[in-house]
Amino acid sequence: MDEIIKKEYESLVKYYEASGGNSHALISKEYASMVINGDKVLAKNSTEGIIIETERIENGVYARITVKRGYKAKNPVHLCFGMLPREGKQIIKSEIVAEEDSAVRFIAHCIFPNALRIEHIMDSRIIVERNAKIEYEETHFHGKSGGVKVIPKTVARVKEGGEYNSSFLLKSGRAGYIDIDYEVHLEKNAKSMLITKIYAREDDEIHTNESIILEGAHSSGVIKTRMALRNRAKSFVIGKTVGLGEYSKGHVDCTEIIMDDAQAEASPIVIGKNPKAKVTHEAAIGSVDKKQLITLMTRGLTEEEAIDVIVSGLLK
Amino acid sequence: MLRIENLTVIRDGIPIVRDVSLEIGEREVHVLLGVNGSGKTTLAHAIMGIYPSKGKIVFLGEDITHLPIWERARRGITLAFQEPARFEGLLVKDYLMLSSREKDMGKIKEAVKTVGLPYSILFQEIGDNLSGGERKRIELASVLLMKPRLAILDEPDSGIDILSFKQISNVILRMKEMGCSVLLITHSEDMINIADRATIICSGKVAKTGDREEIKKLFKYSPCPLKR
Ligand SMILES: Nc1ncnc2c1ncn2[C@@H]1O[C@H](COP(=O)(O)OP(=O)(O)OP(=O)(O)O)[C@@H](O)[C@H]1O
Ligand SMILES: [Mg+2]
Repeated sequence: MDEIIKKEYESLVKYYEASGGNSHALISKEYASMVINGDKVLAKNSTEGIIIETERIENGVYARITVKRGYKAKNPVHLCFGMLPREGKQIIKSEIVAEEDSAVRFIAHCIFPNALRIEHIMDSRIIVERNAKIEYEETHFHGKSGGVKVIPKTVARVKEGGEYNSSFLLKSGRAGYIDIDYEVHLEKNAKSMLITKIYAREDDEIHTNESIILEGAHSSGVIKTRMALRNRAKSFVIGKTVGLGEYSKGHVDCTEIIMDDAQAEASPIVIGKNPKAKVTHEAAIGSVDKKQLITLMTRGLTEEEAIDVIVSGLLK
Repeated sequence: MLRIENLTVIRDGIPIVRDVSLEIGEREVHVLLGVNGSGKTTLAHAIMGIYPSKGKIVFLGEDITHLPIWERARRGITLAFQEPARFEGLLVKDYLMLSSREKDMGKIKEAVKTVGLPYSILFQEIGDNLSGGERKRIELASVLLMKPRLAILDEPDSGIDILSFKQISNVILRMKEMGCSVLLITHSEDMINIADRATIICSGKVAKTGDREEIKKLFKYSPCPLKR
């Protein structure tokens, strides 16, 4: 490693640990991993069953991750995307393929600790082949100023019997501006669960547009959104599930707590195009539950402390 | 240790608790009796500070009438709800931990055992996955862990099976041993037997306060002697 890369690597890893990452996994040869700062790949490690290839592109990195046929990864793949400077733009284009009968879990951390004006664009294509499984868990840490724009876009295709589950978590620090666009296509017997949990404050603005297209028979998908908004934060949530296949099942489930002058808009969309498909939704936006609040205060918590407990329960 | 003077609670323009005066001594188990809708829960909530009230509440020599709920809790008053809340995402162990004066898992396990629940419940969420009776026992464990000076228990025995009845009354006796006074709301005669003194409340007013046996008899004969 040259000196500059080493320095950047070390300071990114420091933030990575602070945001809950396991830095041992980034060093160990047993774990497939990749660490990117800006448009530089600071470190990457492929393993026997997981191949990571990268290429520099304008303002970012193109990465291709392949999980080999039949390989069931014991250890999760650790990914760390960061931008240490205060300003800049990062584009990550990725293609993830889980070959037939493979199984893998990704733990991704996106870290912009000093952000004043950062744009992070993620453009992923994911293919889950027959009977393969991907779990993708993404945790964000954006620092305190809110000067982050995060625009993740994913198109996933899950083939027969496959499974794709993803979660997007942002629970501490500012959210900034987030615009999520996920689209998942499920073939026969395929499954998917998309979870988003965000705590937004000040003038944070969150847009989510997630859809699960139930193309195959007996496919099933759930879109679950949990948000807590304070101050002047705003959210616009669209969760859409389309039932095309026979006996396919889709569900959209959104709960948001709004406080202060925050505003939330949730639009669950359920479309049935096959009489044997079943698509359902539930959405609730409201203030903090009064009874929960009072109960916690009778245990000696102040109103603020009680709100924290309730919100972290919702986002858990 | 608790003195209530001329307390009136008005809800939506209607006086629900009317001019109630009541005293509870150190380590006293005081039972509050009254037919459905007589104002027991409302009075309990007013003591806790959940509802605003007119009159005066003095606790351990301090006028707490205008203190918020949590300040009263920190001074040693707490309440087990007649219908405990559900909490999405909050585990029983975390709920008990935040209630507990001593942040010690050993103590939490002990409390869970005392109220007759299995340890496995510690890792459950406090939601619809638990029965009403289980949630009431968790409520009781949480009050126990707070080590309050005054515990207000709103029908801790309703929805609890006969077998566990003894357990609940043991928990209350244990609180008393710990130096805690108890204001116990109940409809069950067996529970009344652990009281030192009792009060009948009727249409929001105190009908009579006295020794356990006296009040028990009176309540049997005439559960609500006052008219509105
Ligand atoms: N917000 C309110 N507005 C008007 N009336 C209310 C309000 N809250 C409660 N009440 C009424 O006050 C009365 C007393 O209610 P409370 O819950 O205190 O009774 P209780 O003695 O605890 O009854 P139970 O034995 O059924 O628990 C009831 O008639 C109830 O309908
Ligand atoms: Mg009641």
